[in-house]
Amino acid sequence: MTISNVVKQDAPKARPASRKFSWAWLGVMPFFLFTFLFLLYPSSTIAIRSFQDSKTHAFTFQNILNLLHSPLLINAYSISIRISLVTSLGGGIFGFLLAYSAIRGGLPRFMRSSLMTFCGVASNFAGVPLAFAFIALLSPTGMLTNWLRALGYNPYFHGFTLYTFWGLSLVYLYFQFPLMVLIIAPAIDGLRREWLEASENLGASSFQYWRYVAFPILLPSILGSMVLLFGNSFGAYATAFALTGGQINLVTIVIGSQLRGDVLGDQGLGYALTLGMVVIMAVAIAGYTILQRRTERWLK
Amino acid sequence: MKRGGVIWSWIWTILGILYFFLPLLATFMFSLRAKLGVLSFKAYENVFIDPQFITSFSASFIWAIFTIIVGVLIFVPTAYWVRLRVPQFRAPVEFITLLPFVIPAIVYVFGLVRTYSQPPLLIVDSPALLVAGYAVLSMPYMYRAVDTGLRSIDVQTLTEAAQSLGASWGTVLFRIILPNIRIAILSGAFLSFAIVMGEYVLAQYLAKPAFAPYLSLLIQNKAYEPAALSVLSFALTWACLGIIQIVGRGQQGQFAGGH
Repeated sequence: MTISNVVKQDAPKARPASRKFSWAWLGVMPFFLFTFLFLLYPSSTIAIRSFQDSKTHAFTFQNILNLLHSPLLINAYSISIRISLVTSLGGGIFGFLLAYSAIRGGLPRFMRSSLMTFCGVASNFAGVPLAFAFIALLSPTGMLTNWLRALGYNPYFHGFTLYTFWGLSLVYLYFQFPLMVLIIAPAIDGLRREWLEASENLGASSFQYWRYVAFPILLPSILGSMVLLFGNSFGAYATAFALTGGQINLVTIVIGSQLRGDVLGDQGLGYALTLGMVVIMAVAIAGYTILQRRTERWLK
Repeated sequence: MKRGGVIWSWIWTILGILYFFLPLLATFMFSLRAKLGVLSFKAYENVFIDPQFITSFSASFIWAIFTIIVGVLIFVPTAYWVRLRVPQFRAPVEFITLLPFVIPAIVYVFGLVRTYSQPPLLIVDSPALLVAGYAVLSMPYMYRAVDTGLRSIDVQTLTEAAQSLGASWGTVLFRIILPNIRIAILSGAFLSFAIVMGEYVLAQYLAKPAFAPYLSLLIQNKAYEPAALSVLSFALTWACLGIIQIVGRGQQGQFAGGH
């Protein structure tokens, strides 16, 4: 995915001035109608009902307050946020190293295109099949567990389980780092070779080149991409559900069970919980947009 | 590049390859163990003769086809019209097409179910709602693919040339524009297809038969068959994206998934 906000737009061509009033806007109405009915309206009801009493429909902050006073739900947010931080940081760093290796690391050319294809597939490979793949690999009787056991190291004797925080993080990384490779690649491409040559001519060491040239230029894109990874893992549901059978306390999992049968026993609280997710995602995307603007100065 | 750098490049790449292939290898090996003591494709046979597999797979297939049709019918004319006539709508339209990235699928389906499960809007059981939902989820990919395609042709000139030869709007859209961006549409279509085939949340909570919920159910009840299905589903994703790579060679690839 390349959400580049760089819209290369030619200057709008001059239209004949004969027409005073244009009905041209009608042409985009099907789109707005469709997205209003099936995206904007259903999503905005969440925001509205978060501030409504579930019985009287009167305006209230009570749902939000209830949310903040529920240790279970605060814990769910905390786990969701921590798992997203860990996997966006880990996936971001590993994905960056991988992308840099393939693009500028002196590997044969075909490595780059095959890596991109792999990453395109892997970043799409999520949900139930992914969970199952890791169960086959790392469950107590999984392939890798057996190999490690044969080497005399049983990870399950050392506190590792696939079905809790670190196990789930490991599974999320499977779609996180390929996504990082895909979105950071343009930034690495934008790193001009002249900059390396110029700094070498001025006597800079490899470390100095990274510390004073490449890293400061890449930093906004790296952070921006990590923000996207954060959102990507924060909203993940199917993978976690299939892996843990709904036993892990993530916000998405709680929303799922609330949807199945009002487990919170309070409709309003369910809306507030959902709204909280949207707010966190909105903050993340705002951060991404700001960082993206800073990046654009250097790309192109 | 210095030699030390190349060695590190190889190390990271090999690590990446291992991370990528080990889980798949494990799944594949596991799927072959359905018969005690020997490696066999028994699990795959079991999958293919399971009537529920056929129903859920063909259901997902049909959802995918309808999603693509709805997507093409709505997003192609919109992207075309925004480029040609109403560039002032570009920003809001692009903003809306990106929203499904921002709103997690579970939040989205929560909104859909709650909105459409009470009168006067009681359409939560209608398959049309599911297709509309899928079209929304695949919108970022479909719209961007089409828009990228439109960018590469001269929409203005083509339209004016066709109109000066007497073509109607329908002719312009279906006989001029559509054939010129068919590769972009095709890549958007395959991406939508891959998304719909792997989508779990929407079908699960709108209670419709689909491939991913079936797979999820199977995991709880069987051992080897879900492994076989995971391998198949991976192959399917691979095939879809591989086709996009082949048909869209030279165009910018756009990938990412909903999880």
